[in-house]
Order: sequence, then structure tokens, then C-alpha cells
Amino acid sequence: MRRFLDRYWYAYAMVLPVVVVIAVLVLYPLAQGVFFTFTNINEGNIANPNLDRPASFDVVGFKNYINVLSGGESFGAFWDTLVRTLIWTFSCVFLHYTIGLGLAMLLNRQVRGRALYRVMLILPWAVPAFISAFAWKYMFNAQYGIINQFLRAIGLPDPVWLGQSNWALVSVIIVNTWLGVPFMMVALLGGLQSIPGDLYEAAEVDGATPWQRFRHVTLPGLRSVSSTVVLLGIIWTFNMFPVIYLIAGPNPNARILVTYAFERFFSGASRDYAIASTYGVLILSVLLVFATIYRRALRKQGEVW
Amino acid sequence: MTLDASSLQVVKAPERRLRRADRSKGASIALHATLIVASVIAVFPVFWVFITSLKPDARAVEPTPKLFNESSLDNYSRVLSGEKGDFIAWFGNSVLIALMTTVLGVFISATAGYAASRFRFPGKRGLMMSFLLVQMFPFAVLIVPLYNILIALGLNGTSIGLVLVYCTTAVPFCTYMLKGYFDTVPADIDEAGRVDGLSPFGVFWRLILPLAKPGLAVTSFYAFLTAWGEVAFASAFLSAADESKTLAVGLQVFVQQNRTEWGHLAAASILVAIPAIIVFYLVQRFLVQGLASGAVKG
Repeated sequence: MRRFLDRYWYAYAMVLPVVVVIAVLVLYPLAQGVFFTFTNINEGNIANPNLDRPASFDVVGFKNYINVLSGGESFGAFWDTLVRTLIWTFSCVFLHYTIGLGLAMLLNRQVRGRALYRVMLILPWAVPAFISAFAWKYMFNAQYGIINQFLRAIGLPDPVWLGQSNWALVSVIIVNTWLGVPFMMVALLGGLQSIPGDLYEAAEVDGATPWQRFRHVTLPGLRSVSSTVVLLGIIWTFNMFPVIYLIAGPNPNARILVTYAFERFFSGASRDYAIASTYGVLILSVLLVFATIYRRALRKQGEVW
Repeated sequence: MTLDASSLQVVKAPERRLRRADRSKGASIALHATLIVASVIAVFPVFWVFITSLKPDARAVEPTPKLFNESSLDNYSRVLSGEKGDFIAWFGNSVLIALMTTVLGVFISATAGYAASRFRFPGKRGLMMSFLLVQMFPFAVLIVPLYNILIALGLNGTSIGLVLVYCTTAVPFCTYMLKGYFDTVPADIDEAGRVDGLSPFGVFWRLILPLAKPGLAVTSFYAFLTAWGEVAFASAFLSAADESKTLAVGLQVFVQQNRTEWGHLAAASILVAIPAIIVFYLVQRFLVQGLASGAVKG
């Protein structure tokens, strides 16, 4: 034990502050949050020193999980919402990645005005997300939004984007794609530039077509960057809150799991903290299962992560 | 990383120039056309907000688009004068909260990032995993207990409370990012310092920290940005009093049900976006490098 401490004490001393913060601000609340899912805690019975009121919620067992997982509309239609969340996540990340990769490959060439293009293309990343959300909400307005004015001008149908239909989901996916492409583009551009030029020369000498060079040099060279940014992208998008909250509000057609959890926590007459927590735990479980599978798949391909 | 990239560039340059000459005229046009279309899409929303910010609210909702329509700077002066909500206070709150989060986050996580980069110790893997796991946490799982803790401590509705809440994400994230930067500082430097009689802490404080300054700057900037743009916790935890709001919460006032003041909202948006955009472009080069090296090294 002494030798152990002698050897490692400075390492432990250095990580101590972070461990304390994580324990106090993350692990303890996490345990409490899991506990709340088995209670009927809400605005009316949470402990509130301001009102001199002790906690008076009761343990109700698995009732919250049963309510949520049975998928009823009054508890947010869990399964429908899950499917919508998956559609939202995968379409966003797919569009981020493909458009980001395409633009990165264009920018990786010798193009006149490359610096200018780059500056313009990362603008969506530079603007705070809540500002962009307001801008798009304005542009998506059915009557006076510039998007519908444009569609009418070229003779296309002009849908009510943010109404009670699936167009609402399409709208928020468009906005989130616009927001997320620059990050992918920049990360993948970094990856592209770290692929040695000799590999392309060698491939060319061997008579590889452009497609083959892309398939057998570019993609493998981007493997490690891609696997990281795609995983991060999926997690971030799955938990993405401001875009949907600020643009679509409580519209059930654009509802994903996190926005519904927030709805239960914050808006409406019944601030149902127990259901909000239950949603939180379920979201976390979905992400954990996904991350485990993702990791296993990578490891199978010989990637250590 | 930097060294590598620049030396590669030097070698590649002549060969690349050949490529451009090789490219057919049609391919060149297609390339530029694609980039121009993408750039227009990227820039247009911001441009349109600017155009709207000059129009009176009533002109901003007309169903025929016009670039200029009774345009003036009135919206800006009204937003800045506080006639439409305490904009200056919102701005101050946002800066203060983001700044406190950044300082606290970077300060707490710097040593841990270094330890994770240099030392092998039992529990390191678990620690790194937990940073990644925290990235995965939906705020929904923590929002109720954090609210519970804040009211128990009497911090609900205050800036300090919000800073503590932001540290739940800022600290693990900063540690992870700083580890990536410390990885790019060669370990030989540590060894040299140790040979010269510095303690592990001395090496960190006197040698590594100064060398990792750009990394610290970028990590700070990123932490700042995250806190600056956060919506969910700020909406839920800050008190309803107008002067305690942050920008992300305050601007929502402009688009509440009975009151869609697009002209004023746009003016406020431009006032928020301009400093953000300027700072972003100043540091983005480093940001990109950091993300790339972090991503490559895992």
C-alpha cells in the first residue's frame, strides 16, 4: 500500500479536483435522479426551503416506467418519440457527414479563393445556435418567411413548415444540418490533410481511378477521425435541445426525447419531475447501449478506441 | 501536429499546382459552382437577419420580400436603450456566467488533463471512460436532482448556481480536450525537467503549462462558447426577473405568442452574433488544430 502511494500519489493528487467535481456534481445527482424515477416527485411535493416545506413525495416503484413504456399519449408517446428521435439523429448525422466530407474534399483541392470559401462555409458554426434558431424560425414562417416567398416565386408548393405535420420535423432537420456541417467539414478537412500525399501518388502510378483512390486511400485514412466525430455527432444530436425547443416549441410533430423531458420538467401546469427523470434515464440507457455496440463494431474491425 | 502539417504542405505544393492545370474547364466550373451554392446557403440566414434588423416590426412580416423597407437603425437604439427588455443586463449576465464557467472549468481540469496525458496509474482508464460517458448524459437525467440541490443550497435562480451546473459538462470536456493538447507536447521535455530536479508538479507548472498556452486558450474559448449558448438550464434555472436573464433566455421574450417583434429580435441577434463571430474567426485556426489532434489521438 505504501509503495503504491509512493508511486502514484502525484498522479492522484492531480486528478483529485476533477474526481471530486464529477462525484459531487455528476455522480451524486445521477444517483438521485435514478432514485426520483421510482417516486412521484413533482412541483407540489419537492423539498423547498423557500416555502419552508419538507419533501413529501412517495416511492411508487416501477409505475413511472410502466406509464412511459406503455407509450400512451399523455406520457409523451414514448415509442413514437423514440422512432422520431432516431430518424432525427440519423438523418442529421448522415447529412452532416456526407455534406461535410464533400465540402472538405472540395476545399482540400487547390481552388482559387479557397480561404474565402472556407470563411463563409464555417459561418454557421460561428453564430451562437440560439441566434440561428431564431433566424430560421423567421425564415420558415408560412406567410411571410423568405423560404416560402422563394418557393412561391419559382412556382413550387409552399408547405406550412412549422405546423402540425411532419414538415416540422423536416424543418428542424434542415436547420440542424445547416448548423452541424461546418464542424464535420473542418474535422474531416484536418483528417484529409493528414493523409500523406505519397499514398495518392502511389495509387495513381498503380492506375487507380479517382473512385478507387477515394475508396481505398481517402476513406481508410479518415477512419479514426470519422469514428470519433460520428460518435460525438450522434450523441450530440440525440441530446440536441435548443434547435427544436426554440424553433418548434412544444409541437408534438417535432418532439424528440430530450425536448419532451424538458417539457415535463418545465412547461405546462403539471411540472412532473418524476416523468422527466424517467425520460432522462431511458435516454441515457439508449445511448449507452448504442455506444457499446458502436465500440464493439469498431473493435471488431481492429480499431482500438 | 503543426510541424507535420506544414512540412507536408511544402512537399505537396508543386504537385498540387500541376493538378489544377490538369483540371478541365468544366470540372473547374462545377467545383466553383458547388462551393458558391454552399457558401450562399451558409451565409444567407445571417445576411437575412441583418436585413430584417433594419426593418420596423410591421415591415418584417410583409408577405412580399424587399431588401430595404423603411429601414433604419431604430431597432438597434431601442434594444440598446433597454426599452425592449434589459438587453445590457442580459449581455452582462451571459459574459459573467460564461467567464466564471470557463475559469473554473479550465482551472480544475488542467492538472487532471496533464496526469491523464503523462502518467499510467490504476483507475486511469475508468476516469477517461467517465469523461466520455458524461458527454453522453442528456441534461434531462440531471436537471431534476440539480434543481433539487440548487434550491436546497438556496442558489436557485442565481448566476453562481448556473455556473455550478455548467461545470458538470465543462469540467469533463475541458479535461478531455486538454489531455489532447498535453499529448502534443513531447514527453522528453518532462524527462529533461525531472533530470534537472523538478518535481512532477514543477514540471507541469513551469514547463508544460507555458508550452500548452494555445491549448489552454482554445479550451477556454470552447468552454466559454458552450456556456454562452446554453438554453435549457438557463431557461429553467434562472429567476424570471428580467435583469437576471442571459441572452439565450432574454431573446425568447421577443417571440412569445402575442408578441413577435422580428425587427427587434433581429437587431438584438446581430448585436450578440457580431462579437461571437469576430472572436470565433480569431481563434478558429487553433480550434481546428486542437479538435483534429484530439480526434486523431482519441
